[in-house]
Amino acid sequence: MNEIYSYLFIGIVVIGSCLAVISALGILRLPDVYTRSHAASKTSTLAVSFVLIGTFLYFWVVKGHFNSRILLAVIFIFMTAPVAGHLISRAAYNTGVKLSKMTVRDDMKKAKQAAENKE
Amino acid sequence: MSYQIILNMILALTWMFLSTSATGSSFVIGYLLGAIILYLFRRFFDTPFYLRKVVSVVKLILIFSRELIIANLDVFKTILRPKLELTPGIFTYETSLKKDWEITLLSIMITLTPGTLVMDISPDNKTLYIHALNIREINEMIDGIRNSFEQVIKEVSE
Repeated sequence: MNEIYSYLFIGIVVIGSCLAVISALGILRLPDVYTRSHAASKTSTLAVSFVLIGTFLYFWVVKGHFNSRILLAVIFIFMTAPVAGHLISRAAYNTGVKLSKMTVRDDMKKAKQAAENKE
Repeated sequence: MSYQIILNMILALTWMFLSTSATGSSFVIGYLLGAIILYLFRRFFDTPFYLRKVVSVVKLILIFSRELIIANLDVFKTILRPKLELTPGIFTYETSLKKDWEITLLSIMITLTPGTLVMDISPDNKTLYIHALNIREINEMIDGIRNSFEQVIKEVSE
């Protein structure tokens, strides 16, 4: 029974690492900072949490060792990764990094101009 | 709410003393029995039954994890397509949430779900500027955010 469980959990860890590879590919392929931070903030969160949860289940079910620190790590990643993505894209926009040529709509430009006109 | 939790703790401790066992499992059993008693006596409290809030938190987590997995499949499809087909753009979203932590939670959830990333928040905390990978589906996205996330966050915060 333990064998089956350990293969299952190894499967979860492998899926997590495949997700990490795909998100790295995304960071390379996508055209500009903003679309790249999509790949960095979403997929890597899921990838890392898959790896951590696989590890946690393996040690808990197979080895009988309950490690609560891994769960804490998952929670902290969920809290911090989106904030990092948000701050990077916001800083990029405010320092004037251009959007890629594919971009079709930019509502923030209007808002920024309106705010400047008021001042 | 905290009054009901403390009352539930006291009931659990009473159960432990009655059954003369000081183990974790007897505390859990006592806590569950206490929750049932509190549920039966819920109309004598001036605040609603507190486990209802726990249920809505669980609902929030479930909706969130489902959306997270859908989001990732979407992004993978976009990334792995041989020719990139993107129509990125920034759109505005008017939120009706008021408190700071609610808006923070909402923007974390928006960032982790289908093709959207919060870029900025207007100074009056009303408008979120959201960057989307495929802006063609903008109306679906706005509806999704409004009906699933905002609704459930409101349930939790009430």
